[in-house]
Amino acid sequence: MSVDLGQLVLVLLFGLVPIIGIVLGLNSPGLRSRIPIWVAVFAGLIPILAMYVPKSFLSGPTGMSQRLDDWLIILAGFALLLGIVNVLQNNLRKIARKESGWFFSVVLLAGLFVTGGAGIYGALTKAGIGFNPDGSSTPFKYLTDWFFQPLQSTIFALLAFFMASAAFRAFRARNVEATILLIAAGLVMLGRVPILEFLAVPFPSLHSTAAGVSQAMGKLTEWIMDVPNGAAQSGIIIGAALGAASMAIRVILGIERGYLGLGRGE
Amino acid sequence: MKSVAPFLIGLFLSAAAFAAPTDTSAPAPPELPAPQQFVAKDKPGDSGGAVLLTWTDPPAIPAGAEIEVLRAQAPAYEWQPIDLVKPGAGRYQDTSAKDGVDYRYEVRVRPSSADSLAGVMPGPAVASDPVRSHDNWFKIERTNSFIASAIFVAIILTSIAAARSGKEIFIRRIAGLNAIDEAIGRATEIGKKVMYIPGIQSMDEIQTVASLAILGNVARSTARYGTDLDVPNKDPLTFASAREVVRSAYLAEGRPDLFREEMVNYVTYDQFAFTAAVSARMTREKPAAIFLVGYFFAESLILAETGQSTGAIQIAGQADPTQLPFFVATCDYTLIGEELYAASAYLSREPVLLGSIRGQDIAKGILILIAIVGVVLASVHVVDISSLLRTQ
Repeated sequence: MSVDLGQLVLVLLFGLVPIIGIVLGLNSPGLRSRIPIWVAVFAGLIPILAMYVPKSFLSGPTGMSQRLDDWLIILAGFALLLGIVNVLQNNLRKIARKESGWFFSVVLLAGLFVTGGAGIYGALTKAGIGFNPDGSSTPFKYLTDWFFQPLQSTIFALLAFFMASAAFRAFRARNVEATILLIAAGLVMLGRVPILEFLAVPFPSLHSTAAGVSQAMGKLTEWIMDVPNGAAQSGIIIGAALGAASMAIRVILGIERGYLGLGRGE
Repeated sequence: MKSVAPFLIGLFLSAAAFAAPTDTSAPAPPELPAPQQFVAKDKPGDSGGAVLLTWTDPPAIPAGAEIEVLRAQAPAYEWQPIDLVKPGAGRYQDTSAKDGVDYRYEVRVRPSSADSLAGVMPGPAVASDPVRSHDNWFKIERTNSFIASAIFVAIILTSIAAARSGKEIFIRRIAGLNAIDEAIGRATEIGKKVMYIPGIQSMDEIQTVASLAILGNVARSTARYGTDLDVPNKDPLTFASAREVVRSAYLAEGRPDLFREEMVNYVTYDQFAFTAAVSARMTREKPAAIFLVGYFFAESLILAETGQSTGAIQIAGQADPTQLPFFVATCDYTLIGEELYAASAYLSREPVLLGSIRGQDIAKGILILIAIVGVVLASVHVVDISSLLRTQ
């Protein structure tokens, strides 16, 4: 019988070590609080090692790194159940106490049960959540197409209006930086839309001039986006990448514990 | 006339003799040359399942010829063609090999199917020794990345060691982080809640991890001041983690009585449904302070603008530059890029964490130096170092 080294190590690191830690930590809260840190250390080290060590038990298609990714999906599935329970608890309590906005909770729960019920119905009848054999929509698909997606699109469409109001606020020339922003934004907008050609439509003699100016504006826009904007973005990205790497090292070394709710000496 | 006849007969006979074939068998068709220096070996630095073949094309390989690669598997060693390679490549990777199985490979030059070399015979095959693929211990193509990472880790560890020894570490003032207490204080004064949104990504996103570290500090402050906290979540794993962070923070501050389960709540997994729900909550409940820290996508502006319209003091943070302009335009303070990752160290003031920030800055200085030197060297056409820095 061949032993899968990757599986064995994963069971040791994420099964036995936490269980032993929990048992030993029953009377020692300090030890108990270290278990998540060790889990994070192992979970952080394995993908990094897999970056450089191509051994199949570590980075192969069924290696430790890939298995950890698969585990994340399984964990997310269970966590989603927790989330649904939380939604039920919070909204049922709101309705029971007639808290402010309780009617929205009724709508939310109705949506949850109707959509969830349609999905379960599709599973029970083996029709799924797409189309019926006769080409008609299943109840779940109908709800998705005629309720959910239009609502999604509506929220997304709001972005255009929010963008206009945010731009208005950002482009007010209150100081030197805002003025530079205003000028750069104006130039980029002029370069991205053929407004000059549009304005020159009633004046045929100006067509070629407008086209030439538009082209020049387009090139200026490209320069603004590629050079000053690109340089600033690169700076942010390099800084953020180093920050992320530094954060990862802190997590792997177990000195960053804030994400566990632990602080100094805890 | 008599004197001419023998001469003509002789001329005819000699011409006939010249034209007559000397050999009765058919002439051998021309043959293509054989590849040289053919070697088959396990592909170095991979996860297995690949054999690398290298050879040198024969000199004067005619146009219209191509290299045929054949493979035979132990124990029968029956040759099967597996691919055709254009001349000039000089290498081929057999990615269909199974680890631990012995293979032999052959290469030969043959006319292509375009048959510009019709009638020309394939050249002699050159066979390899038996070879088997296996996984390796190091990805050679990532050597530069490994060295850079090792140097970076060494710098960070040295800086942490220096910080542990009690060396004073200066970190510039970060306005967005200084404003956290101000925002929570304001919420406490006017008796409204603090809303903290840790982005919409899961725990495999390092920005979410950084955000939860900040959430821990925010939760400690709300626990200290007795201010209500609301943490709506889109991702279920982030939700579970955020709840533990907030619970631990309230315990650590000695105020477990103030912690309520519904403080950290799950909304939905859909991006815009989450946006709609949280925006509506902002509008209805009008939190005094809103934190938008983590990884956001298109919903960033909708959330930030809605929060702005409610009059809340807003602190945002994101490392990715795509949504930063929206936060800068709509929020009172924005943690840009690395400031997000420095936040937990800055807020906790733990020397060990501050040491890692110092190390990060040293590494950034080295990178800036390399960039300047690289630009100068490339500009004066001495050497282009970009290939050394490229990772695979």
